[in-house]
Amino acid sequence: MRNGIAGSSYRGRTASIGFAHGPFVRVDQLASTDRVAGSLVDEALALRSAVDTASRQIADLAAIAGGEAAQILEFQVALLEDEDFIAAIFASIGEGARADAAWRSALDEQITDYSSAPDEYLRARSSDLADLRDRVIRALQGDQCATLGIPSGAVVCADDLPPSQFLEIDWSGGGGLALLRGSPTSHVAMLARARGVPMVVQLGTFPATGSTALLDGEGATLELDPSAEQIGLFEARREVHRKSRAAARAILRRPAASWRGERIKLFINIQHVGDLDHADAQFADGVGLMRTEFLLTDDGGLPDEETQFQAYDAVLRWAGQRPVTIRTFDAGGDKPVLGFTHDGEANPFLGVRGLRLCLAQPEIFAVQLRALARAAVRGNLKVMFPMVTSAEELEAGRKLFAHVVAELQANGIAAALPELGIMVEVPAAALAIANFKASFFSIGSNDLAQYVLACDRSNGALANLLDPLHPAVIELIKRTAEHGRLTGTSVSLCGDMAGDPRCTSTLLECGLRELSVNASTLAPIKQAVDRLSGGGTHG
Amino acid sequence: MLETSQADEQTFAGSVRLVHAVGMHARPAVKLTKLAKKFQAQVSVRVADAPEWINAKSVAKIMAMRAAHGSTIEIKASGSDAEAAVAALVDLIATDFPDGNS
Repeated sequence: MRNGIAGSSYRGRTASIGFAHGPFVRVDQLASTDRVAGSLVDEALALRSAVDTASRQIADLAAIAGGEAAQILEFQVALLEDEDFIAAIFASIGEGARADAAWRSALDEQITDYSSAPDEYLRARSSDLADLRDRVIRALQGDQCATLGIPSGAVVCADDLPPSQFLEIDWSGGGGLALLRGSPTSHVAMLARARGVPMVVQLGTFPATGSTALLDGEGATLELDPSAEQIGLFEARREVHRKSRAAARAILRRPAASWRGERIKLFINIQHVGDLDHADAQFADGVGLMRTEFLLTDDGGLPDEETQFQAYDAVLRWAGQRPVTIRTFDAGGDKPVLGFTHDGEANPFLGVRGLRLCLAQPEIFAVQLRALARAAVRGNLKVMFPMVTSAEELEAGRKLFAHVVAELQANGIAAALPELGIMVEVPAAALAIANFKASFFSIGSNDLAQYVLACDRSNGALANLLDPLHPAVIELIKRTAEHGRLTGTSVSLCGDMAGDPRCTSTLLECGLRELSVNASTLAPIKQAVDRLSGGGTHG
Repeated sequence: MLETSQADEQTFAGSVRLVHAVGMHARPAVKLTKLAKKFQAQVSVRVADAPEWINAKSVAKIMAMRAAHGSTIEIKASGSDAEAAVAALVDLIATDFPDGNS
């Protein structure tokens, strides 16, 4: 199967979960065929007619799309009806520009403007504008739609796909979308999630041939011309997914989870702002862990204060009154960052990582703390430090933070020191938990298990030994929870075991009442809690 | 008949805080321009104390204003229905661009 004769498999990023098995259809990019330009008057008339055609097409689409899709399209229509904007384009045609060139350059200017915006939601609008640009160009060229004639149920593959082309495709018979580029935060991804169309993005490059395809939105895989065995495995995954989703999603809408009369809070872990678009995220009690490493790696450089502030602020706005726990940069270990982490450590997992690294590079850390201090006045923010070993480290971080807050306030900038907590992942911290003057604790069970069991978690040969349910790991979780109960300090767990229904009963028995999981596992975990409390038959 | 009585008509102005969570994004911008277009008056807006006034009927320009959450929007209008236009726009922004109404 690895030799490419059959069953080539590709991995990307999940944009929308679900499964599709159908004919493989490649949608090609808009061909840039030249049209013959006419006189000034002809060009102006041609553009006017193309704009009218585009308006009509979009209005038709909006009528059948509804909801969020209709709003996206409304923006496109509003732009076509913007007299100031359109007049400038006709003015340049009046000065001799060709209709397509004038239109393209006006739209490209807008697109460039949007794609350089600091705000992720604004940046995402640039693909709507590219969509509008291409639609009018197609109308000018008198072309048919590129997506015309795609069979129902197809796995559609494109470099990227604009929202209006997504809406032109008939998804009623199933099917899925596989993009070589694209982003989980794009409008088309939002549409796919809203429609329940499985979608995988950032598949990179692959040969554009194939007759049938399997698309697994959950595992983020695309398999071309699969073998019988691949199809069997795929269908089994699809069936498991279907059954568990149906049962679990019904539970999400019910009131908060409880166990033995105590409220169990379920939070979500997020890696990116875009993770909040997951359909189930709204049912969470808040964000239990927002990782910030994505800010370090997205485009190579270290992020400035404003970029960070925008990301934190976006999550706080989403959460409203609900708490949002943001973890400061957890780089180092298996997450090296150019210009930040230390090279050449013999044992990077035992090296300068997490808070150790931030305290060693206070000038980089201070930028993050400034952005967090400014965000703290915008919502219910909590901040936690990763990889803390001694109470002195927490106090050093707090001192730096307080200094940053005082500095901002002295400059008349609204800022506050949020509640400060620590990750409990170094065994020493778990054993000496009473030494830490933290407002809350969050158990990082992946690293805690790795350090307690002396198993490098990136070493596959130790996978069987690296058992988070080992009595030694459980003992430390129990102690931490007990300390929280005695001191009235909140203790949550945000590692992989929180999202594993097989671990739920043990974690509750340990005394934990707060778990933080990926949005996609919120439903199965709520279902597990419900089952354990004998629920599911009443109310 | 020539309508040259503009000079006699008053200019009305108002200001309102932008409470929309994500600032002046696509959906609010579309609603604002749609509403402004219902009035015959010339309607301009700007973020408080910005150097330039912007045509409230141009969605491209409203979006380019990049008005952030919490900023103050100033509105001015001149023309026969200027007073009503200012009142309607202030109301739209103050009530956070509600769905469903005209």
